Amino acid sequence: MTTTSRPGGFTTPGRAPDVVVVGAGVVGAACALAAARAGLAVTVVDRGAVAGGTSSGGEGNLLVSDKPAGAELALALHSLGHWEDVAAYLEDVTGRPRGGIELEHKGGLMVAARSETMTTLEGIAAGQRALGVEVVRVDGDALREVEPHLAAGLAGGMLYPQDGQLQPMLATATMLAAARRLGAVVRTHAEVTGLVRTGERVHGVVLAGGARIEAGQVVNAAGPWARQVAAMAGVHLPVMPRRGVVLVTQPLPRLVRRKVYAAEYVSNVASDAPGLESSAVVEGTPAGTVLIGASRERVGFDPSMPVAVVRRLAAQAVALFPMLAAARVLRTYRGFRPYSPDHLPMIGADPRAPGLVHASGHEGAGVILAAGTGQLVAEILTGAPPSVELTPVRPERFEGVAG
Amino acid sequence: MSGTFAFDGRTIDFRPGQSLGAALWSAGEKALRTTRGEGLPRGVFCGIGVCHDCLVVVDGVPDQRACLTPAAPGMVVRTQHGAEAPPRAADPVAGSERDEPVAAQSITTDVVVIGGGPAGMSAAVGACSDGARVVVLDAEARLGGQYWRHGPQGVEPHRHRAEDWRLLHEAFTSAAAIGLLEHRAGHRVWRIEPEPATSATDHGIVVHAVDGGGVMPDGLDERPVTVRATAMVIATGAHDRVLPFPGWDLPGVLSAGGAQALLEEHGVPAGRRVVVAGTGPFLLSLASGLIRAGAEVVGLYEAGDGRGWARRWRTATAVPHVLGEAAQYAAVLARSRVPVRPRHAVVAARGRDRLEAVEVARLTRHGQVVPGSSRWVRCDALATGWGFVPRLDLAQQAGCTLGVSHTVGAAAAVAVVSDAEGRTGVPGVFVAGEVGGVGGSLLAEVTGRLAGAAAAAFARGVPSAPDGADLARRRRLAAFAAAMHAAHPVPSGWAEAVTPATIVCRCEEVDAETLHTAVTELGATDPRTAKLLTRCGMGWCQGRICGEGVARLVGAATGTRPDPTPDSRPVASPVRLASLVDSSDES
Repeated sequence: MTTTSRPGGFTTPGRAPDVVVVGAGVVGAACALAAARAGLAVTVVDRGAVAGGTSSGGEGNLLVSDKPAGAELALALHSLGHWEDVAAYLEDVTGRPRGGIELEHKGGLMVAARSETMTTLEGIAAGQRALGVEVVRVDGDALREVEPHLAAGLAGGMLYPQDGQLQPMLATATMLAAARRLGAVVRTHAEVTGLVRTGERVHGVVLAGGARIEAGQVVNAAGPWARQVAAMAGVHLPVMPRRGVVLVTQPLPRLVRRKVYAAEYVSNVASDAPGLESSAVVEGTPAGTVLIGASRERVGFDPSMPVAVVRRLAAQAVALFPMLAAARVLRTYRGFRPYSPDHLPMIGADPRAPGLVHASGHEGAGVILAAGTGQLVAEILTGAPPSVELTPVRPERFEGVAG
Repeated sequence: MSGTFAFDGRTIDFRPGQSLGAALWSAGEKALRTTRGEGLPRGVFCGIGVCHDCLVVVDGVPDQRACLTPAAPGMVVRTQHGAEAPPRAADPVAGSERDEPVAAQSITTDVVVIGGGPAGMSAAVGACSDGARVVVLDAEARLGGQYWRHGPQGVEPHRHRAEDWRLLHEAFTSAAAIGLLEHRAGHRVWRIEPEPATSATDHGIVVHAVDGGGVMPDGLDERPVTVRATAMVIATGAHDRVLPFPGWDLPGVLSAGGAQALLEEHGVPAGRRVVVAGTGPFLLSLASGLIRAGAEVVGLYEAGDGRGWARRWRTATAVPHVLGEAAQYAAVLARSRVPVRPRHAVVAARGRDRLEAVEVARLTRHGQVVPGSSRWVRCDALATGWGFVPRLDLAQQAGCTLGVSHTVGAAAAVAVVSDAEGRTGVPGVFVAGEVGGVGGSLLAEVTGRLAGAAAAAFARGVPSAPDGADLARRRRLAAFAAAMHAAHPVPSGWAEAVTPATIVCRCEEVDAETLHTAVTELGATDPRTAKLLTRCGMGWCQGRICGEGVARLVGAATGTRPDPTPDSRPVASPVRLASLVDSSDES
């Protein structure tokens, strides 16, 4: 075998960057690619490997269904459009269909056990439809025509054909590789320990070991660690880690066609409680495994995966899909979502620290929001008018609020 | 039980105690499943339940490991095609009487020992002689581990250390008979975790297992078992170190340990014309056993050349027992005129849908393939191994520190760091045998005794009083093991045999080119990232088979030293969701 790259990422020397992106996860990669496509010289730094944090700890969700009408849904719809654009671009670059990132709009199905819940879901759907979301009501027995292995006796559900999935590690790595072809530099295993500042102005990063990378602007795409990066600029960004555990089954034939989840999922996503909350989220993957989530706990960066959480997720999945009882779990993994107190991301230039642009706090929606976030960040970096109203996601909106 | 079962409509005879895999192998049926991706044939490879390459459908239930499933009269077995759906819960399934989730059986004890091989058995005996209550959880159906793997006839007298087995087995079973220890066979531990803080503090270690001890080890009737203990001895042993080469996924290619299991547990020699290749003294033992069973060993290709031993002669002669054993094997091979070729290696295997020949090449003094030196050798079986790697999943879950083994030195695989009594950095957690550094059955027994006694002392809250003679034995045997590892390294040129199309991850059918591209195009800098980008190590075996090869190939592609630390695995053994659905243990 021949080696055509150096270890430690692609550390080819280039001109001084216009922008340093902190974080080589899916959001950082999308920002880097969008900025590079906009003609900026980009350097990406990450203390770990490509997609080594939250991006490899989730499921690759592209969900509009779990977002009631509001600012986050608007961002999600905007971002879905940009994912199409990114996929087309990656296809051009790599020659692989849609860039080989397993982007698939397989549809999501939210199911309700009781008919009262259907009324609530119908209410949510009405608001979503008004923003352009496609929602199909499925009643009772028709559910099993949509998902043949669902438990009997469910009241009904809502089918969201736009919901989808991609392979987040491949998407991240492929976007970074594409950015690199445009001259971007990716430095993994390089930890940012400080920011280069003049007064309040940020114009670069300091790496462990003391090396400095000067740049016109710095993008904080550090996911659940974005709070620490913001603190280096003396500003408060109340991002907190929210742990999620996923069970992975043995390879199976395609028994679960869509992303299927219980209606309580929406209330858990929107909840602020620090304790364990979970609701069944079950989906098949192109590799044949079934992924089972979703738990949410605010326990700091505790890496453990308690058996109690594993049991709860298993029980909820089997209640939804009884045939999974006989399937075997091969592994579990966990990730830390970048939780935001109002469940909206923090995207935008920080007026408290000129030169610092935040792109974090996406919580469990980082994958769907990544492409759109990249586009918005590129607009901010180049001074172009924003393609979405940014007021609700202003990073400084928590100023003076405890958190 | 002997009798017949059906395989794809053909009637297969089996002898008492034989596994499906062994009976099928004996009948010439080596291809047992087809892969999900390419539809290629696969069969028994590791032979001990690690690789999951021998999955078959038994009485309608898919994903049964043929190598572990005892044959029973009238079973209907068929080839498994890719991934098959498990039977619906509502469907009546033979052998499953459960319709409601059962509560986890809960046991409390002083010392829990995981593993029933030489180390685990010795640890159990050592712990209960010091007055501790002991529970032994062993995934296998029979005691003895890999070293003393045996069929229903017991460990046969011609086997090495058969007398030691008899003594240890007698001590173990008499302790069990008077209730000092409880042996639970067929228990697969999937997870170890510390007790939640709200519970009693004197049983701080919680072991989550499933009892798969039904008719079929992987059947639908596994039951959850939870053991709470004050101290734990992890004695989970080792499996073959295998590395990828072209054709290694062909049915007929076996790990050396797999060939040993077929032979000693099931009485089935790996083939009529068998090639044995790789490195380490175990190959001699295997070849000698194959000859005894009537197979023709057409070649034994040892990558090392003996220089390593010559340099360490003094250490070697300090353990005359092992040298004597090696001399006996060598004599058997010489009598049977088996060509024993040092500094040779198998670099490829070929055949249409099963192994027909292997390509053998000469190696330089530095372990590189000598160009133009290769030739093809016809055979119907290849048994290959590069020594052994410890099974560390549970030790990693327990929080043990990994590193270069203090027991057997830098040349061995990474192992759990412990003191002379197997004490790890985690209070109450001890290791014994190969988990603390691969060193063979004698060292496993000694470290087992020491760890068992120390664990019992911990459980009783008293200082341990290690046996001085055992400490001295341990030092001597560990020095010998260190010499063995140094004399039998993986040759530096092993990866020269790997072509872009060589399958690296058998489960997920990932080839070397894909892995290489993950480094060069997608920016993977380490084995974990390479895995996330390629699915190497994400299949049934969870990288236990391909992990080392992947780490070495990624290291070569990035120009960095391969990271020998295996991935931590929060699920040490596949567990059915039904076994997790259990309200009795929820906090």
